[in-house]
Amino acid sequence: MPSSVPSSRRPGPPAESVAERLAIRFVLNGKPVEARVEPRRTLLWVLREEFDLVGAKEGCGVGECGACTVLLDGEAVNACLVLAGKVDGRTVTTVEGLGGPEALHPLQQWFIRKHAVQCGYCTPGMLLSAAALLRRNPDPTREEIREALAGNLCRCTGYVQIVEAVRAAAREMAGR
Amino acid sequence: MAEKTFRVVGTSVTRKDAPLKARGEALYADDIRLPLMLHARVKRADVGHARILRIDTSKAEALPGVKAVVVGEEAPIPYGIVPQMPTEYALAYKKVRYHGEPVAAVAAVDPDTAEKALDLIEVEYEPLPVYTDPKEAMAPDAVKIHEESPFPANIAYQAEQEFGDVDRAFAESHYVLEKTFRTSYVNHAFLEPHSAVAKFDTNGELTIWSGTQVPHYLHRTLSKVLEMPMQKIHVKVPKVGGGFGGKGEVSNNELIAALLARKAGRPVKLTYSRKEVFLQHRGRHPIEIRMKIGVDRDGYIQALEYDGTMDGGAYGGWGVVILFYTAAMLHLPYKVKNVRFRGRRVYTNKPTCGAMRGLGGVQPRFAMESLLDQIAIDLGMSPYEIKKKNAIDQTHETVSGVYVRHSEYKQCIDKVVENSGYLEKHRKLPFGRGVGLAGGYYISGTAYTLYMSYKPHSTATVRVDTEAGVTVYCGATDIGQGSDMVLGMMAAEKLGLPFDQIHVVSGDTTLAPFDLGSFASRVTVAAGTAVCQACDRVLEKIFSVAAVQLGCRAQQLAVADGEIYSVFEPHKKRMGFWEAVERYIDANGPLVASGEFTPPRRTGKFKGANIGHSPTYGFTAQVAEVEVDTETGEIRVVNYWEAGDCGQAINPQSVEGQVEGSIVMGMGQALFEQVRVAEDGRLLNPNLHDYKVPTAADLPQIRTHIVDSYDPDSPFGAKESGEGPIQPVIPAILNAIYDAIGVRFTEMPVTPEKVLEALERRKSERS
Ligand code: FES
Ligand code: FES
Repeated sequence: MPSSVPSSRRPGPPAESVAERLAIRFVLNGKPVEARVEPRRTLLWVLREEFDLVGAKEGCGVGECGACTVLLDGEAVNACLVLAGKVDGRTVTTVEGLGGPEALHPLQQWFIRKHAVQCGYCTPGMLLSAAALLRRNPDPTREEIREALAGNLCRCTGYVQIVEAVRAAAREMAGR
Repeated sequence: MAEKTFRVVGTSVTRKDAPLKARGEALYADDIRLPLMLHARVKRADVGHARILRIDTSKAEALPGVKAVVVGEEAPIPYGIVPQMPTEYALAYKKVRYHGEPVAAVAAVDPDTAEKALDLIEVEYEPLPVYTDPKEAMAPDAVKIHEESPFPANIAYQAEQEFGDVDRAFAESHYVLEKTFRTSYVNHAFLEPHSAVAKFDTNGELTIWSGTQVPHYLHRTLSKVLEMPMQKIHVKVPKVGGGFGGKGEVSNNELIAALLARKAGRPVKLTYSRKEVFLQHRGRHPIEIRMKIGVDRDGYIQALEYDGTMDGGAYGGWGVVILFYTAAMLHLPYKVKNVRFRGRRVYTNKPTCGAMRGLGGVQPRFAMESLLDQIAIDLGMSPYEIKKKNAIDQTHETVSGVYVRHSEYKQCIDKVVENSGYLEKHRKLPFGRGVGLAGGYYISGTAYTLYMSYKPHSTATVRVDTEAGVTVYCGATDIGQGSDMVLGMMAAEKLGLPFDQIHVVSGDTTLAPFDLGSFASRVTVAAGTAVCQACDRVLEKIFSVAAVQLGCRAQQLAVADGEIYSVFEPHKKRMGFWEAVERYIDANGPLVASGEFTPPRRTGKFKGANIGHSPTYGFTAQVAEVEVDTETGEIRVVNYWEAGDCGQAINPQSVEGQVEGSIVMGMGQALFEQVRVAEDGRLLNPNLHDYKVPTAADLPQIRTHIVDSYDPDSPFGAKESGEGPIQPVIPAILNAIYDAIGVRFTEMPVTPEKVLEALERRKSERS
């Protein structure tokens, strides 16, 4: 292999445009972080390429599938639509930071138990949309869950076991 | 019925990959990053049909950061999943056959540079007429899309089959009904776009990581197209984000990544955009079906005639196989004595159609279940009665020679009718609300490989080791459906160990022994049998040592809960499984055994006779309840009931997931999904905003039921559950719409506009 080529582990622009990069500071999964990125980069790109957090997936890149969903200040957003600059000073939670270091989040546990995970490509996004729902509505009905997850496509499960998992997690979290 | 006292099989254990996926730890192809890895992008044709006159890549090659550019001429060897009919190239070679076909590809240090380089590639075309409709493509004076095709005009393949005396049976029928049905152009819309990472090492060996359903066929095709021996190629399947058939043949991103990696001398990743997923396509064939059914006075089917024109798109793919599946699917799950099939698959200038969940079955099923529904109503019978009367018995042989060794289809119909209250509802609900019943079946694997070969279709090796534990090696590929779990559960049951102690290594052509791939709902029966046989052989070895230790015959030994014991003196003569393993290895060395599966080979003396045979078959019956808003034309599926015969469910929760996923996918095709194509062959909605798939908000109340069933010749009595359940969904919903508003839709998707138009027509006809 040619040894003169620099490593391109993180695909980025050629070196000359580094000067145009934007410095952003935000809280990522509970820890303050910094990054220097081009302004046109999306949060999804920042997470996957700058921080090696590949849990958020790209299913469409244009806000149509929900596979890239993360929490921005506790609200579910499509990370592929959020420009990096918008994240400065805010809080981001990805699927890697949803549970604690020891235990999985109840949503994760119930997704596993209820068989709501098949291929798993939609799972991280689904979990974060569900987490945002439970934050504003700790006791959602089936209909409210279905509405809240309507932006997250899943082609495998037919959604039934996902809805069940969210209900079970809500019940557990409310101590019911 | 065999004794069913299982400890692992039949329980809803949790999948071992689920925690990894729920934590974002599971790696898919696009998550893989290698040192010095390049990123590839594809230059695509902006014409629908043309000869390529010239491609100039020099400017792209000169762009700093570009490491390699490839064009079709560098890989002029055609390939195809049906090896006798290779029609396709890694990149368009001499000709472009659909709008968006790859004509060149670039590998560069980052995606932006690769993208920029695409604009610097110049391609000159000589345009040819574009055919987006099979009728135009079949016109005698149409320009051939594939010059070498031996059939007239743009017919890719055509065939006829006839069984019994069809004309006489129709003449003697009490009632004959004929209708024309049109099915839609739909995409799998799996969530993970195609992605592959290819790398050549200093020894010239290629390793490719790709989210494929068919590592074995990818292995063969890479060897052919790259002209290198198979031993030098290693296919590794990371986690796969859904396939549904769409990753069931080689995708050009895999070949392009490998070609670029070889040329650049560096690893290359090629991940497709969503639009490119629609261009790679391989979705369900739109078919125009003319179907005619004749019945006697009591509703027994006398004869069936089918004429189907399949829109195949630009290339061969699975096409000829699917053509013959549409023929095979006419013979079940009802007893039909006289059958005529005429079918053809036509090339058009569109992305290629191929295998999609339940391939070959969904379209004829739609026609047949709709016609039977109408015939019953016309005769004043219940559709339940006509379907029950004609349903096959527990075993059945079709006039085409297909043998069904085990069916609980009748039980499925009875159960779903009971659970849904169908008889109390059908024709009795208020206008705008209705119920529809439909049934279906699917194969659990095939009888033949695509290239003729006598080797087993599945093999598995089980290694039991005092340090590494139990590892099952099998080439079967988990594409998200949970096959690793199924195989692990079977091994756990056989070896009397807890499920979480079994490791499964799959989807790897170097590490795991041969398996054909994840398609045709074959894995549970085929790979399952191989795993069970390997486990039996391992046990035989362990028992030989345990018998000496315990002082009894090896044949008396059994294993459960981690202990080996004599079935006659279970309390006196027993020892730990791992103790016996240790003794075996001390005395004999490594403890390894392999198993295999070769399906029964049945065939007949007519064209396509190899197709349709399967070791065993799954069955399902379904009832949909819909609500039609007569103001807006909107249709809502409110309730849905299913009763399925998948044999013994290995993991009931997993079966439910397969069934629910099938129902919702079928509902999408019935009501929303349709890839639209402009006259020049351009796709009009290659995105998930305009191509609507069902969301959680569209979800009906679904109630599934697994009927009591056990196929004694299958591993643990199991049969398929991943493709049968999609078969009746479309007709169940459309039959329900008929019940709701009295309009028989013969075309999908049934959009609100079509509903309003039909209601309007009905109103004006009445007044
Ligand atoms: S990748 Fe962001 S919504 Fe699809
Ligand atoms: S589990 Fe595959 S897309 Fe949801």
